[in-house]
Amino acid sequence: MSIQDRIRGGAPLDLNRRGFLAIAGGAGVGLMVGFRPFPAEAEAAGGLVQFNPFVKVAPDGAITVVVKHLDMGQGPTTGLATLIAEEMDADWSQMRTEFAPADAKLYANLAFKAQGTGGSTAMANSWEQYRTAGAEARAALVKAAADKWQVAQGEIVVDKGVLSHPSGKRGTYGEFAEAAAKQPAPIGAPQETPYKDAAKFKLIGKEGLHRIDNDPKTDGTAIYTQDVKLPGMLVAAVAHPPQFGGKVKSFDDAEAKKVKGVEKIVQIPQGVAVLAKNTWAAFKGRDALKVEWDLSGAESRGSEELLKLAKEAVSKPGGAVATARGDVAGALKGAAKVIEADFTFPYLAHAPMEPLNCVIDLKPDGARLIYGAQFQSIDQPTVAAVTGLKPEQVKIETVWAGGSFGRRAVPTADYVAEAAAIAKAINGSNPVKLVWTREDDTKGGYYRPFYAHKVRAAIGADGMPVAWEHHVAGQSIFAGTALEAMAVKDGVDETSVEGASNLAYAVPNLKVELTTLKVGVPVLWWRSVGHTHTAHVVESVIDELAHAAGKDPVEYRLALLKDKPRHTAALKLAAEKAGWTPGAKPEKGKGRGVAVHESFNTVVAQVVDVTITKNGGVKVDRVVAGVDCGTVINPDVVRAQVEGGVGFGLGAALRDAITLEDGVVQQANFDTYEPLRMSDMPKVEVYTVPSDAKPTGIGEPGVPPLAPALANAIFSATGKRVRDLPLGDQKFTTA
Amino acid sequence: MIKLKINGEERSVDVDADTPLLWVIRDEIGLTGTKFGCGQALCGACTVHMDGQPVRSCQTMAGDVGDAQIVTIEGLVGANATPEGKAVQAAWRALDVVQCGYCQSGQMMSAAALLTENKKPSDDDINAALNGNVCRCATYQRIRAAVHDAARRLEA
Repeated sequence: MSIQDRIRGGAPLDLNRRGFLAIAGGAGVGLMVGFRPFPAEAEAAGGLVQFNPFVKVAPDGAITVVVKHLDMGQGPTTGLATLIAEEMDADWSQMRTEFAPADAKLYANLAFKAQGTGGSTAMANSWEQYRTAGAEARAALVKAAADKWQVAQGEIVVDKGVLSHPSGKRGTYGEFAEAAAKQPAPIGAPQETPYKDAAKFKLIGKEGLHRIDNDPKTDGTAIYTQDVKLPGMLVAAVAHPPQFGGKVKSFDDAEAKKVKGVEKIVQIPQGVAVLAKNTWAAFKGRDALKVEWDLSGAESRGSEELLKLAKEAVSKPGGAVATARGDVAGALKGAAKVIEADFTFPYLAHAPMEPLNCVIDLKPDGARLIYGAQFQSIDQPTVAAVTGLKPEQVKIETVWAGGSFGRRAVPTADYVAEAAAIAKAINGSNPVKLVWTREDDTKGGYYRPFYAHKVRAAIGADGMPVAWEHHVAGQSIFAGTALEAMAVKDGVDETSVEGASNLAYAVPNLKVELTTLKVGVPVLWWRSVGHTHTAHVVESVIDELAHAAGKDPVEYRLALLKDKPRHTAALKLAAEKAGWTPGAKPEKGKGRGVAVHESFNTVVAQVVDVTITKNGGVKVDRVVAGVDCGTVINPDVVRAQVEGGVGFGLGAALRDAITLEDGVVQQANFDTYEPLRMSDMPKVEVYTVPSDAKPTGIGEPGVPPLAPALANAIFSATGKRVRDLPLGDQKFTTA
Repeated sequence: MIKLKINGEERSVDVDADTPLLWVIRDEIGLTGTKFGCGQALCGACTVHMDGQPVRSCQTMAGDVGDAQIVTIEGLVGANATPEGKAVQAAWRALDVVQCGYCQSGQMMSAAALLTENKKPSDDDINAALNGNVCRCATYQRIRAAVHDAARRLEA
């Protein structure tokens, strides 16, 4: 594969090499068909040279990295800039970033073959692509310097963005950018491996590189969707039906129209939109609407009823088979001891700090959208379908997202389609910013589905597991979406069983079944997807088996993970750093638990220490994590993601649940759906296993082990197993 | 018309007295560093200082501000930064506190207000002062460390 192919991820592209390179001062923009630099300031700055879809160099030497992934806090701007800076031997202070426009030909996620951010793939899929792009830009600039200085390319050294030659000649990237772009193709020496050997890394894996988004996020200047303001823009708030699947029957907007600042009120498929000159007027107008809803086709069941259906489903065999090996029934019959355990999990909302929103400016010949876009390859055609435009007429500009945890990437593009429907309903008379309130966000669906699990697991006379029978029931996040055919095979949505169907432990007889329930509540991936529940079940049950066998939980796991070196290394690291002593009993009122789980090709082990408080509550004191995520690109971002994953998992485990009564969501704001708060946050320590393998995911893998390690810690303190999440108000007594 | 003193400047805005200060700051004055998170004083993303005290601007009505001096994140760390603002910002950057960043203006406003009152806060003091500021990225451990770091910077 050529260098260009690697940069493009092998996507066919109808451009010659020269076309990619020759963008100097805007003069060559016409050669970049379909590529529009963003943001506009960069174009206006002038003299900016674009070397490939990912690298631009300004006359002052600033290197701008075009970031193809949404940064919702997980840090791909820092990570991708590190890859380019490493290959260009740049100084960290000269690095800038901007988000890529919607253009799947140039900016596809190579793990998806579509433009989007998710599955903890941002760095893994870009690892070779961005380094190649950086190496190519460096080669072109060195060639330009060599030509000017009349020296051999190989004699030029680049350090911290400064080019130098033993003759004493020195120069900056900015000085050579224009000349480099004018070179006839091909430039640079073609090499099999254009990027550096790991031994030569100066930035990748090194401590001390600060996040590239530190400054704008600590002075109030970072622009999120909520902060976008276009001339003539109206702010829209939408009255949604009180139950999923409800429709507008009729509405009375007489009072809403009286609200100062309200300009337009329109019906859309999603409800009734109130458009106003400012956000507060839009909210007030929306509150003054009187809408009569047609709920005849709406989901009207409650979550207790739904959970009962799931529990009934797992109480008997008959699900679609996700995995089967050996003779589970036979092994259960002949086993020394059988453990049967039932688990339940509620719906969970993502609840990002920035409630959902989207800006759209619809014109007859095109639409411009500005928002924290996470799944451009879905959003772009969806907006086209809603507005009657062609997909290529829909331009998407991405801005910082105030969290997401999966919520901004939706197979139905729900909130983006809603913004487009409003723009269409007003015939594009004004740019529109759709703003959801916290209540809209909490009640808006697209939850982590509820699930029930039943496991019957058995140990033999030696205490080791001989059989594992596992039935999962709940909703599929892909059923009914455009991605169903791709994601659901033989009745099994892999994301409902991942983490269980590929059980890491050496159990000779294994069967995992899935019953998928049809419910009219929209569901979605939620940070770590299926692993949010499967890890809890697997790691709780394996702990029970260890206890039944009279073995230490860490040693028991290690014995079953002999052919899993990454699990073994992560688990040993966490245990060692936590000071795990096999067989040690915690002092009264204290508990310690462990879990290890692989997700997104990363293995994370966690040791959790808890205190049972005087009033029977649970206080998490310390969490020690051992992580194998392949090559670490930025050690501090890796630590931050695991710290955040622990906090995200802990909030859900302690108290979060979305419940429905007669189809109506019972939670609305942070009082009834209360995220983890500072006083709940334990001390978290994160350690990584040294590795020279390709980088794997890190945004999500910190979440799954937390709940089971916590539950196992509670067991060690109280003798009580936690099989239903969240813990809620239940009180514990110490053993 | 309502007159407000924001970041040392006097501003007149044509809003009803019952308009939340948050929306005056964001939509009328155009300072967008103060964030909308919940609208019910449950998350602290909209925290500003009113005569030095941290308040939730989403539940503070424009008509109730009167002569009070309002300071937003732009005033806390801008050209006329307070010593606490400077120290908090430096600490936040040194410890790479931010992830998505959306709540951090509010976190920094609460932290700076705490440090004005309490030069050497304990972990418990920090938990108490910042428990109303939600961070869904759960950067809490770093926030706590950064408040201690800012206190040391102020002492130096």
